[in-house]
Amino acid sequence: MSVKLTTRQVGDVSVVDVAGRITLGEGSSALRDAVRDLLAKDHKKILLNLGDVTYIDSSGIGELVSAFTTVTNGGGQLKLLGLTKRVQDLLQITKLYTVFDVHESEAHAVRSFS
Amino acid sequence: MGANWGGESVTTQHVFPSTLESVDQAEQTVLDAARQAGFPEDDLHGIAMAVRECVINAVTHGNRYDSEKTVRVSVTRTAEDLTVRIADQGEGFDPEALPDPLAEENLLRSSGRGVFLVRAFMDEYTVRRIEPSGTEVTIVKRRDMQA
Repeated sequence: MSVKLTTRQVGDVSVVDVAGRITLGEGSSALRDAVRDLLAKDHKKILLNLGDVTYIDSSGIGELVSAFTTVTNGGGQLKLLGLTKRVQDLLQITKLYTVFDVHESEAHAVRSFS
Repeated sequence: MGANWGGESVTTQHVFPSTLESVDQAEQTVLDAARQAGFPEDDLHGIAMAVRECVINAVTHGNRYDSEKTVRVSVTRTAEDLTVRIADQGEGFDPEALPDPLAEENLLRSSGRGVFLVRAFMDEYTVRRIEPSGTEVTIVKRRDMQA
């Protein structure tokens, strides 16, 4: 399996459960398409649940950044939920950990959207 | 693929087409070698990611997906370390000329972190031109002798 994305609504927040690998090719493009689809439906509060992401490469990191800037520039908010230690480490060494709003609890993350 | 035995050094050589499928195959090939060599799980993850980034660069930036060109990967394991050489047939690049992905102005760029991650996960990263054309990247992961 490369990546599996499932989108669900919690109130007015779109939660995207991401499982598998976010890597160059299918994984990155699937994430890009999911975020674009949400924005096209005017869903601007997006929570990416990365709890089941097993692997992410530089292309996947780039896709997270791209999603963040696209949503932010469109007047929305994109936040991250449930980072594994490896993904957290990657975001820290690339200095992106402080760029994203990262949460451990879904309920807390959903409430944090303004 | 061939294997050369010499002293305590084992080298295998592999040739991959310039496709994205080769990235996964090369990563798995080196991962298997590193696992056989007994590297711990955290090191395996870093080695796999480093190989992945180097082969992506070889396929996309070096060979530019040219079906006439190949990516050659050699893996050498010794008692001290694992050395992986990844060679493409492209025009080469200067790693020192790459933008710093940690610079404020580059932080939100969607690309440009590959070589940075390779350097973060491996103990050595060197690049040299090969003749008649191409680039060979050498990455080394040393065993933690304290473990």
